Amino acid sequence: MSSRDRILGRIRRATADGRPGPGLEPVAPGLDAGPGLGFDSGFDSGFDPGVPRDYLRVHAERTPAETADLLAANLAEYRAKVHRVVGEDGLAALLGRLLAARGARSVLVPAGLPAHWLSAAAPVRVPDRAASTPCELDAVDSVVTGCALAIAETGTIVLDGGPGQGRRRITLLPDHHICVVRVPGQVVDSVPQAMPLLDPVRPLTWISGPSATSDIELDRVEGVHGPRTLEVVLLGAQ
Amino acid sequence: MTAIHLGMPAFPAFPAFPAFPAAAGKAVADPVLRANLRRATHTIRDKRARAVAELADWAELRAAGKAVKDHTLRHLDRYLLELEASVTAAGGTVHWAADAEEANRIVTELVLATGEREVVKVKSMATQEIGLNEALEAAGIAAYETDLAELIVQLGHDRPSHILVPAIHLGRAEIREVFAEEMGGWGRPAPEGLGDDPRELAEAARLHLREKFLRAKVAVSGANFMVAETGTMVVFESEGNGRMCLTLPETLISVVGIEKVIPTFRDLEIFLQTLPRSSTAERMNPYTTMWTGLGPSKGAEGDGPTAFHLVLLDNGRTDTLADEVGRQALRCIRCSACLNVCPVYERAGGHAYGSVYPGPIGAILSPQLRGTGSEIDASLPYASTLCGACYEVCPVAIDIPEVLVHLRERVAQGGPVTREGIRVRIRPAHGHAAERAAMRAARLLLNHDDWPVALRAGERLLARARRLRPRRLPGPGRAWTDSRELPELPAQPFRDWWAARDREGRA
Repeated sequence: MSSRDRILGRIRRATADGRPGPGLEPVAPGLDAGPGLGFDSGFDSGFDPGVPRDYLRVHAERTPAETADLLAANLAEYRAKVHRVVGEDGLAALLGRLLAARGARSVLVPAGLPAHWLSAAAPVRVPDRAASTPCELDAVDSVVTGCALAIAETGTIVLDGGPGQGRRRITLLPDHHICVVRVPGQVVDSVPQAMPLLDPVRPLTWISGPSATSDIELDRVEGVHGPRTLEVVLLGAQ
Repeated sequence: MTAIHLGMPAFPAFPAFPAFPAAAGKAVADPVLRANLRRATHTIRDKRARAVAELADWAELRAAGKAVKDHTLRHLDRYLLELEASVTAAGGTVHWAADAEEANRIVTELVLATGEREVVKVKSMATQEIGLNEALEAAGIAAYETDLAELIVQLGHDRPSHILVPAIHLGRAEIREVFAEEMGGWGRPAPEGLGDDPRELAEAARLHLREKFLRAKVAVSGANFMVAETGTMVVFESEGNGRMCLTLPETLISVVGIEKVIPTFRDLEIFLQTLPRSSTAERMNPYTTMWTGLGPSKGAEGDGPTAFHLVLLDNGRTDTLADEVGRQALRCIRCSACLNVCPVYERAGGHAYGSVYPGPIGAILSPQLRGTGSEIDASLPYASTLCGACYEVCPVAIDIPEVLVHLRERVAQGGPVTREGIRVRIRPAHGHAAERAAMRAARLLLNHDDWPVALRAGERLLARARRLRPRRLPGPGRAWTDSRELPELPAQPFRDWWAARDREGRA
């Protein structure tokens, strides 16, 4: 007998205690049985998990400006540096200044990043290429990306490898990451609001502040293995 | 049914442990350790309370998390098959391991097949549980732990003592010493004149490990969650070492307990809110990585590993599932909130539990995963005052006191249990040896020097709990619903008294 069959057999004996557990009742046709993300794993959702979902979708009513403020505050509390800029022209100037202030000599540029974002930036552009070795990427000073979305209540930005975001490793190896968030378009209030907007097939990286550890006497130290500096630019915020 | 005594199963990471009372006694007598533990647990528990209080719907999130886990466990076969299909469709390979030995063999063979002789590891309790590092070492493969605390523990030839902060028992001076003495033997030595500032120590770890990350071809991880619907694996972390391991190497091998599966991607919205707040007391941990097989490009475009293996681990979990009271321990999402509120953990420290799972959750999980055949496992259900604080903070509402009492019953009176899938009946421990051990444990923990009050309270509690416990169970399922109030029994909550004692500064 394979271990697969052995384990499945043990599970079936363990749960066959004669009582219908939660979720054995079939779902009536037309009832929403799941998130409706359209994944078809080939398994029939023939029963209702019976999970009470009376938790809140959002923890406060906020205007878009208040949501942006909350995002900024939560990011800053987790030691990200937050900047606000109104228009694209201002963005290019700001990115140029941030890279210069950092003393960056090179900057990773993911495919699909609007070219004019870095029009005022001096560092050498390094394109995100599959062929780049980790050592090559480790030698780059900074990286500039967009994001898939940002979550205000938790101070989180989510990257999904889409245009302007690049491969997962380019926001990991350089010590300095600048992430641009379009406000209010890319900002949601809460985690439950974010989930339906994300595609789980894509690799997802959730970032809440710079790399940090509290392993030594619970003293929080920023920057162990990931970027020690995270700067978030809110584009379009007032 | 035949009556047999089951020996301690292979548990290579923690061989031949003394029973809890002996181990706890040593810890209690160590004032430095006690001070470290006390400061750490109190700091985290206070922060956690604030983080939880921010969410008005905490009770609803907790109920939803419990319901998701209960439902999944009840239909675990279905969801594991769905997960297997999803992971396979996304370009991954799924392996099934019935026990530690099989899991170690699978991982070792996978590593050897790559031609590599070293792997980087992101902190994984499942691989600690099966003693993977030791098994790899025996096969000539070096396994490097990359979480800062795990690195400290590994370099120091030590053992982890806390789920979230495994090196909580060590101070900065001890860590500095470990780095200065041991780093050179594993790779890049610690910088000359290394001080004991946490910032300096973290920097030394960064430099030491960066060269390993950059050259690693194989990584081994665990996972916090596996989504059946989509095949998505999820790892929560803070340092970025997880991202390094999950992103840079060519081959990724994830060893995950079968209880970590959840039905849908949407279900993550619950645990993304409850796990970080319960664990590190943050609104969100700095990094969470979600990957689904090899991604849309099946690894061809170089975003992440080009080979992904998932090893589904049983190792006592199906036996735990077979116990209708004890199976709730499988809901655990390893947040460690129960450790930080436990007066026994605070004094005894994690090592006393003789398991990778310390604290209240360890006291109910380890004896179920391993059986109660060994002295340490028979004593673990007694490593508690039944004060109930662990239940109150648990984000998936595991009634730890209920399971503790249930397991005490098993140790003291014997009865039917499932071991390696087979229903057996175990004999009572000789002369209630474990119960006597429990009283010794209570004295060691509570009767320290000038604490007659503590001793009295502890003994009164234990005595009352015992008196109210039914001698015989009328039926396997019903009996414990009849005695559900037992964990809430102390009218004068022990932790209130404990907190009052703390306020008086009598620590």
